[in-house]
Amino acid sequence: MNRILVLCVALLISLTASAIDTGAAFEDPEMQARYENLISEVRCLVCQNQAIKDSNVFLAADLRREIRRMMTEGMSDAEIADFLVARYGDFVLYNPRKSGRTLILWITPALLLGVGAFVIVRVVRDRMKLPIDDDALKS
Amino acid sequence: MARYIALIVAFVIMLGIFVVGLDRDPTKLPSPLIDKPAPEYELPRVKDPLSTVGSADYAGQMVLVNIWATWCVGCRAEHDYLLQLAARSEIPIYGINWRDERDAALSWLLQLGDPYVASAYDEDGRVGIDWGVYGAPETFLISAGGSVMYKHVGPMNEATWQGEFQPRIAGQTGAIR
Repeated sequence: MNRILVLCVALLISLTASAIDTGAAFEDPEMQARYENLISEVRCLVCQNQAIKDSNVFLAADLRREIRRMMTEGMSDAEIADFLVARYGDFVLYNPRKSGRTLILWITPALLLGVGAFVIVRVVRDRMKLPIDDDALKS
Repeated sequence: MARYIALIVAFVIMLGIFVVGLDRDPTKLPSPLIDKPAPEYELPRVKDPLSTVGSADYAGQMVLVNIWATWCVGCRAEHDYLLQLAARSEIPIYGINWRDERDAALSWLLQLGDPYVASAYDEDGRVGIDWGVYGAPETFLISAGGSVMYKHVGPMNEATWQGEFQPRIAGQTGAIR
């Protein structure tokens, strides 16, 4: 039992090895929280399924540095997002901004859900109209 | 019957979406800089750190801007082709040496040849970010007016040159090639 406990603790500690930036970037906890939120919303375009928070390629480190610089210069989250999208496109943000082009991205799931619901309702209603008796089936 | 037609139409539409969409390479991102002014920059030269090279040097000319690095395998793969292009004097090629070591870059150019009019040394990658660089090699076609006409991600080769760059260059200069 002791060994299992030690193993669990060791595994948990090893998770901290994935922390990329050594130490906090900002002393102010609000700025730090904002920073961590921003870097988890920006996609690392090299790895593509990691945020720049978790990636340690050049690009991720460079973008983290630029975001820190922009934050210390007083840019808002929206302005920072604009800066990144102007250079890398909508794909760089995990939550694409709502614009004319990304509208189809946001609407399609709702649309498909609506269509699916409509089909289900139709099918169920049609089935309910069928007589229970097999002999009376008409096609 | 109408229900079947509707289903078939829906199926065909989805088939179309998948055939087109799944064929795309998600690692090749479209550049938001297309048809916008190319980023301005001024950086020390790789070959001469005391002098600079930048966008002002090619203002008014149609040029290629090639992002390269010695640690980049694709850059090594395209290097010989860039030398050919430069030898044919089709278009001036300006290099941006991205996130590299100056010594390594100098050795590279000396040993393998230098296809560039000049290479800028972008040590910390700031200029690369302005260009939206996410993976070397990347090659940009810049119009004489200074806007980005095309961006190619990956090694340059003759097929890409003929298929993507030549038509756009011909379109701009009005030349019949």
